Amino acid sequence: MANTTQSSSLWQKHAIFEKNSIILVIGIIVAIAWGGLVEIVPLFYLKSTIEKVEGVRPYSPLELAGYNIYVREGCYNCHSQMVRPLRDEVERYGHYSLAAESMYDHPFQWGSKRTGPDLARVGGKYSDDWHRDHMRNPRAVVPTSIMPAYPWLEKTALDTKRLGDQMKVLSIVGVPYTQEMIDSAEKDAIAQGSGDGKDAKALQGRYKNVIVRDLGADKGKLTELDAVIAYLQRMGTQVDFKLYDSKANIR
Amino acid sequence: MRFGELGLIVVFAALAAFSLLVTAKAWTPEYAFHAALFALGSVAAIIGIFKRYGARSAEPPPQEIDGKPNYNYGPIKFMATISLVWGVAGFLVGLIAALQLAYPALNFDLPWISFGRLRPLHTSAVIFAFGGNVLISTSFYVMQRTSRARMAGDLAPWFVAIGYNFFILIAGTGYLLGITRSHEYAEPEWYAILWLVVVWVVYLLIYLFTLAKRSEPHIYVANWFYLAFIVTIAVLVLGNNTEIPVSIYSSRSVIVWSGVQDAMIQWWYGHNAVGFFLTAGFLGIMYYFVPKRAERPVYSYRLSIIHFWALIFLYMWAGPHHLHYTALPDWAQTLGMTFSVILWMPSWGGMINGLMTLSGAWDKLRTDPVLRMMVVSIAFYGMSTFEGPLMSVKAVNGLSHYTDWTIGHVHSGALGWVGFVSFGAIYCLIPWVFNRKGLYSLKLVDWHFWLGTIGIVFYISSMWVAGIMQGLMWRAYTPQGFLEYSFVETVDAMHPMYVIRALGGALFVLGSLIMAYNIYMTIASPEASEVPSGTPELAPAE
Repeated sequence: MANTTQSSSLWQKHAIFEKNSIILVIGIIVAIAWGGLVEIVPLFYLKSTIEKVEGVRPYSPLELAGYNIYVREGCYNCHSQMVRPLRDEVERYGHYSLAAESMYDHPFQWGSKRTGPDLARVGGKYSDDWHRDHMRNPRAVVPTSIMPAYPWLEKTALDTKRLGDQMKVLSIVGVPYTQEMIDSAEKDAIAQGSGDGKDAKALQGRYKNVIVRDLGADKGKLTELDAVIAYLQRMGTQVDFKLYDSKANIR
Repeated sequence: MRFGELGLIVVFAALAAFSLLVTAKAWTPEYAFHAALFALGSVAAIIGIFKRYGARSAEPPPQEIDGKPNYNYGPIKFMATISLVWGVAGFLVGLIAALQLAYPALNFDLPWISFGRLRPLHTSAVIFAFGGNVLISTSFYVMQRTSRARMAGDLAPWFVAIGYNFFILIAGTGYLLGITRSHEYAEPEWYAILWLVVVWVVYLLIYLFTLAKRSEPHIYVANWFYLAFIVTIAVLVLGNNTEIPVSIYSSRSVIVWSGVQDAMIQWWYGHNAVGFFLTAGFLGIMYYFVPKRAERPVYSYRLSIIHFWALIFLYMWAGPHHLHYTALPDWAQTLGMTFSVILWMPSWGGMINGLMTLSGAWDKLRTDPVLRMMVVSIAFYGMSTFEGPLMSVKAVNGLSHYTDWTIGHVHSGALGWVGFVSFGAIYCLIPWVFNRKGLYSLKLVDWHFWLGTIGIVFYISSMWVAGIMQGLMWRAYTPQGFLEYSFVETVDAMHPMYVIRALGGALFVLGSLIMAYNIYMTIASPEASEVPSGTPELAPAE
C-alpha cells in the first residue's frame, strides 16, 4: 500500500505541467532539444564529417545555372545523387559518394527515391547528344523510360544575368567564389558555351577541369538545356579516384 | 474601431504598398505574380476588416451566454470545410502523379504539370493544406471545449485561418511555377516561410491565451499534443529555413548549410514533420475525438503521460535513418537507427491507449462507421509505427531505401492513420460546430470507409511488392557475377504495380468525394431544433 501512495504522489507531480501552460511549453522545448543538439551540432566541428579531398571545386556559372534548373524541375524527386558503399551500387554507378563532393551544394541534392537511376556519377557516361535526345524525349533513347520529357528546356533561352548575385550570396555562406569569379559570372557562362577563345582560357583558369563547348553561346544561342547538360556532365567527375586514398583521413 | 482592427489595416496597407513595389521590380514573372498575390491579399484583408466592422455590434462578443461559454466557431467552420476541398484536390493530384508514373504520356510535355513539380504539390496539399487545416480547426475546437472558455483574440483567429490558407496558395502555385527550395516537405521559398512564421506565432499565442482563460484547472492531454505540435513545428521550420534571399526582388534563397549538414538538418526536420505534424497533432485529435465519440474516458491517464514525453523526446533523434549508408557519419546513422527502434514502444503505447479507450464500447463499431473509421486509423498507426522501426534498421534499409517500399510505408501512415483519423474527426466536428443533429447519411460514411480501406490495401500491398522487388532486382547477380538487370528493366517490372497503386488511389479519391457530398448535404440541412440557434450545446469538458 505504501508503495502505491508513493508512486501515485510521483504521478501527481506531473500536475505542474498540466496546470501551467508556460511550464508545459518549456518542458516540451527541453524534451525536443536533445536529439537535434547531439546529432547536428557535432557535424559542424568534427573534422571527420567532411574529409579533405583533392579536386572538388565550386560550380562554374553555367553549371550553377544547370543546377538551378535541376532544382526547379524537381529532378531530386526521382533521382538520387548518393551512391552507397554497397557492392551492387558501386558496380552499377561507380565509386561511393564522398561528403566533400556535395560540400558546395546549397541545397544538397542527395534525394530519397530512385524512380530513375542515381546521377551522382553520371558525368561523362553519355554524350551531349544523348542527353539532348533524352531530355527532348526520353523514350527516343530508352524505349520504356517513364521519365517526363523536357522539351521546353531547349526552347528557353538561358538567363545568365543574375548568376553573379547568387554567387555573391553563396560566397557569404562559405563557397570560395572570389570577387573576380563573381564579377565575370555572366561572361564565364557564355564563354563555357562558346568554344575556344580568350574568355574560355580565363574561365579555365578560374575553374579547374571545366568542360568548354561550342554551343554558339556567343551568338546568343545558349539555352536552359545547355546549362543542364553542363551540370550533368560535371557530376561526380571532380575527384580522381585513381589518386584518391580512402585511408588518408583515418585517424 | 478597435485597436486591433486599426493596427491590422495599417500593417496590411504597408504590406500592399511594399508588395506592389516588389511586383514592379521582381526579377522573374513568377515572383512578380506572387508579389501581386500578396498585394491583392492585403487589399482584400483591409476590405474584409472594414466590412466586418460595419456588420458587427459595438460591444465585443460576450464571453458567456446564460452562464455557458460562448464558443467561437467561425474560423473552425471555415478551416474544417476548406480542409475537405484541399483534401480532395490533394488526393486527386496524387492520383494524377501515380498515373504519370504508369503512363508517362500524362505529363503532356508541359512544365507546370510534369511529375517533378506535381509531386511536391501533392505532398504539400495533403500534409499542409488538408492535414494543416484539420489540425488547426480541431485544435481550435478542442482547446475551447476542454478549457470551457471562448477562444482568445478577435481578429487573430481569422488571421490564422485565412493567413494559413494564403500560405498554402503561395506554396502550391510556387511549385507549379518552379519556385522551390528542393527540401522535401519544406519546398516553399523564403518569403512564403516568413509569412508562415507570422501566422504560426499568432496561432501559438491564441492557444496560450485561451489556455490562460480556462476555467478547468487541468490542461487536458489532447492540448499537450497540440502544443508540442505547434512549438516543435516552429523550431523545425526555423532550423530548416536558415537561408539568405539572393535579393528581395528574387524568389531564390541560398541555404546556409550545404551537403552533409544540410542533409542532416533536412531529415531532422523531415522526420519530425512526420513526428509532430502527422503524429503528435493527430494524436491530439485521437485523445479528444475517440473518447468523445465512444463516450468512454481515455483508457489510462498514466500511459498518456508516458506516451507524451517519451514520444516527443525520442522522435527528435530518428532523422538520420533517412540517410543510412550515405556520406553522413556512421555514428549519427547508428544513433538514428537506435532511437527509431526504441520509438516503437511509445508509438504502440499510444496505440494501446487509443484502442483500449473502446473498452466496453466495442459494440459501437457495428453501428457507428465514424468511430470505426477512427479505430481503424489507430490500427494503421500501429502498423506503420511497427514498419517504420523495421525499415530504420540498416540491413533492412539497405534494401528498402530509394524504393517504393518507402512510398508504401508513408501511405499506410498518411492514408490509413492521418487520413482516416481526420475523416473521423471532421465527421464529428461538422455537425457539432454547424449545430446539426447529425450527419446527412451514415450509410455514405460506411461507403467511404470501405472504399477507402480497400483503396489503402491496394496501395500499400502493391508498393510492398514493387519496392521489395526492385530492391532485390538492383542487387541481383548472375551466376557469372555480373549485375543481372539494367536499371530500366527494374522500372519495366514495376508497371503492373504502378497501375494497381493508381487503382487504389482512385478508390481513395472516390471515397473522399462521397465524404465531400455527405458533408455538403449535412451543412445544407436545417439546424437542429432542440438547441436554440447560436447557442452551442454544452458538453462536459474532458
